[in-house]
Amino acid sequence: MVAGWFAGEGDGFRLLGTRCAACAAVFFPREDHHCRNPVCGGGELAEIPLSRRGRVWSYTDSRYRPPSPYVSDPELSWEPYALIAVELEAERIVVLGQAAPGVTVEDLTVGMEVEVVPGVLHEDAETTWTTWHWRPTGVKA
Amino acid sequence: MMGEVAVLGVGMHPWGKWGRNFVEYGVAAARAALTDAGLDWRDIGSVVGADTVRGGYPGYVAGATFAKALGWQGARVTSVYAACASGAQAVDAARAQILSGLADVVLVVGADAAPKGFFRPAGGDRAGDPDWLRFRVLGATNPVYFGLYARRRMAVHGDTPDDFARVKVKNAAMGALNPNARYRKRVTAEEVAASAVVADPLRLLDICATSDGGAALVLSSLEFARRHGHADPVRIRAVSTVTPRYPNTVLDLPDIATDSAVAVDPPAETFRVSIARAAYEEAGAGPEDLSLAEVYDLSTALELQWYEDLGLCGEGEGVKLLRDGATALGGRIPVNASGGLASFGEAVPAQAIAQVCELAWQLRGEAGDRQVAEARVGISANQGLFGHGSAVIAVR
Repeated sequence: MVAGWFAGEGDGFRLLGTRCAACAAVFFPREDHHCRNPVCGGGELAEIPLSRRGRVWSYTDSRYRPPSPYVSDPELSWEPYALIAVELEAERIVVLGQAAPGVTVEDLTVGMEVEVVPGVLHEDAETTWTTWHWRPTGVKA
Repeated sequence: MMGEVAVLGVGMHPWGKWGRNFVEYGVAAARAALTDAGLDWRDIGSVVGADTVRGGYPGYVAGATFAKALGWQGARVTSVYAACASGAQAVDAARAQILSGLADVVLVVGADAAPKGFFRPAGGDRAGDPDWLRFRVLGATNPVYFGLYARRRMAVHGDTPDDFARVKVKNAAMGALNPNARYRKRVTAEEVAASAVVADPLRLLDICATSDGGAALVLSSLEFARRHGHADPVRIRAVSTVTPRYPNTVLDLPDIATDSAVAVDPPAETFRVSIARAAYEEAGAGPEDLSLAEVYDLSTALELQWYEDLGLCGEGEGVKLLRDGATALGGRIPVNASGGLASFGEAVPAQAIAQVCELAWQLRGEAGDRQVAEARVGISANQGLFGHGSAVIAVR
């Protein structure tokens, strides 16, 4: 439902942000119109891949079905998933995402290293809605 | 220092889940505030309404909606929306009109009729709306953010779920004494621990509900107050409605990511700290001057954060302040003597106004069983989506 937030497959999967050519500020979700650094006069905003790995800033989970517009099959009982806010060092940014399927809060600690991996948000007859997930790097594929 | 405005009247419709239209609650609160002020609605030169996004078009023009419901009388009208800070923005708009001489006496009203369960965005596909996106892409409800903040406090400061539960115990005990509160039962730490996890580590009783409610204020110039026999009114000395500074490096609702600190170092103080500091500066006061505080305990853990952000204690010392009893009735700086959101639930546009109502009752010595002894200076504080936050300092 949003274009240009991530690209690539497998080990090449990355979140995509934009970087201001004038002040080097990084934006995720991407800023394509004007740099939001108030002391910057505004430079060209170029697409950049964000760091693949980061450290857990915090985490939680979602024990109850979120309301729409989150899509879930009402026929199926709710399966909680974890969410992780991850600090990317090079970009000095914290990005929230769902944890990879099967990762629970029991598996997580603040400060642990995680990496971004492709994921599926949900599927219907016509479309597979893709997303990004965070996964502890200690986990084997 | 900024000029002061007088609080002539306060009124609230009790919080609850009454199943009625938001306008009814607002009108009830407005009439109560007018009665409290000893004024007629026709004396009011200006009405400021805090909007609700859950009431259709009438909710987006709340000022006019309340003016019509009270009976059109030609008053100047303003409607404001600032998420959880809407009520304080309404107070600020009223104050600006009074201090500039545009109006002598202003009615401020906010009311909401809340949904069941989670707050959710309005319908339709809105990929340009961060509040829509965090639901669509992540299923990140408000409790998810509260859970992140709570876990962070556990990791950084060593707070525990039992510490968080103690906030609910304190607030429930005070809410039990408040006739306007929705929840008026004492709660034990065991009951909090036994409630279902909503967003780890937070449980149902750690997180505030969503409620119906309405609150109103009658504000005036000091001169008007004197002319109308209010010899010693509660006075609002500061209203802070500042926005964050770039880069905002704390993940705030409804964002999916923070600003990046690559180009500019983060500001010396966080956004929440800056909200309070702006109010302290405007009032010429500091945390040491406070008799009481009303803070936005959307979750138990957030109340501890507010202690630190208001400067009631140092960073990481929130739990110690709580466990020392300092923030309970009888303590050195009671926080949420009203019972807080823990006892009310949130009625978004009414909530910041309700905080000021509580400050007023306390400063007048009219808080009954909840009375903070010798209350002279009070602060209210909240934070809302999209860079909103507010603090109000009232004195008597």
